[in-house]
Amino acid sequence: MSTLQDPRLVAVCERLKEVRAVVPFLSSKGGVGKTLVSVATALALVRRGLRVGLLDLDVTNPTVHLVLGVRPGSVAPKEEYGVVPPEVSGVRVMSTVFYTLGKPTPLRGDSISSAIRELLSITKWGPLDVLVVDTPPGMSDELLELLTYIRRFSSFLVTTPSRLSLESTTRLAELVAGRVAGVVLNMAWEIPEEVARLADRLSVPLYTLPYDSSVEVALGNPEKLAGTRFAKAVDTYLGERVLRLLSTTPR
Amino acid sequence: MLSLSQYLREVGWGRVSRVVVSLGELQAVDREVFEFALKELANLYSVDIGRFELVEEEASFECRSCGFRWRLKDLELPDEVREAIHFLPEAAYAYLRCPRCGSADFILASGRGVKLEGVEP
Repeated sequence: MSTLQDPRLVAVCERLKEVRAVVPFLSSKGGVGKTLVSVATALALVRRGLRVGLLDLDVTNPTVHLVLGVRPGSVAPKEEYGVVPPEVSGVRVMSTVFYTLGKPTPLRGDSISSAIRELLSITKWGPLDVLVVDTPPGMSDELLELLTYIRRFSSFLVTTPSRLSLESTTRLAELVAGRVAGVVLNMAWEIPEEVARLADRLSVPLYTLPYDSSVEVALGNPEKLAGTRFAKAVDTYLGERVLRLLSTTPR
Repeated sequence: MLSLSQYLREVGWGRVSRVVVSLGELQAVDREVFEFALKELANLYSVDIGRFELVEEEASFECRSCGFRWRLKDLELPDEVREAIHFLPEAAYAYLRCPRCGSADFILASGRGVKLEGVEP
């Protein structure tokens, strides 16, 4: 009797077959704004007429739905030989919150990997120009899942000017070098030399996003969020950058 | 099925006499529907299979904190919770706690997912 590899990995590749570009937002430090930048980018790309998916890869502590104003339980993926992600503000959204309803869901390493494989193997994204991925902090299972079987991606490294964040981002850059589309300096109260050096070393652009206190008030309201200085900067810099990426990606 | 057809190509087998698939109880897969779907997929991917064998694996849990073991069968769960776990077995960690000590740190010891256990030429 022969034993086979995890068949979900084959299913994941099948499910992502019609996705032109996978764009994860990465940072090994928490609190730098990955979720906000991810969601704002996804919304900006929809406004530019692209077909966009948004995956919340933080399976134990998902928050993408909060930025979009989705109450857990109010929308759900539709079963159809797999599950079709619900569309929110034009974005196809997938998150474990649709199944855990926001309850605390403590998972150890293997269970995190398993939850991600399960979610990706059942999700029918359909044809997408871009799948934006919001990732949790750290260099653990979620990142390893991405690196292991979603090999073709172009990520953005997100940091703040804090030395703690910069040090973490520099460390992370070693792991994903060659798969970085840009460095994002968020809440940029200053522009440290180290961040410019990091972008230079990776040969990618550096994008500076302002600290904007109006973002907190706009949480849960995508239209209001789009009007903030922060979201406009995301649209101008990251929207343009993703469009350029797509121009070199085969259909 | 794609995984199986790739495997058959790799090992150079034209057909297989027996395929064993285990169905984890946690995901509550309907056996008849599943067997029908497997046969349809086998035709679609031109995989010549003699016999499918579906084995149900009982779902059980083990507390990492106090070592208590319990079965899914011992629990009374609302339909919506069963459905959530059907799609995402790890959702069990959101809804279940150790019946003895209340810990959220437990192992899904068996009965998770659908697994291709093996094939015979």
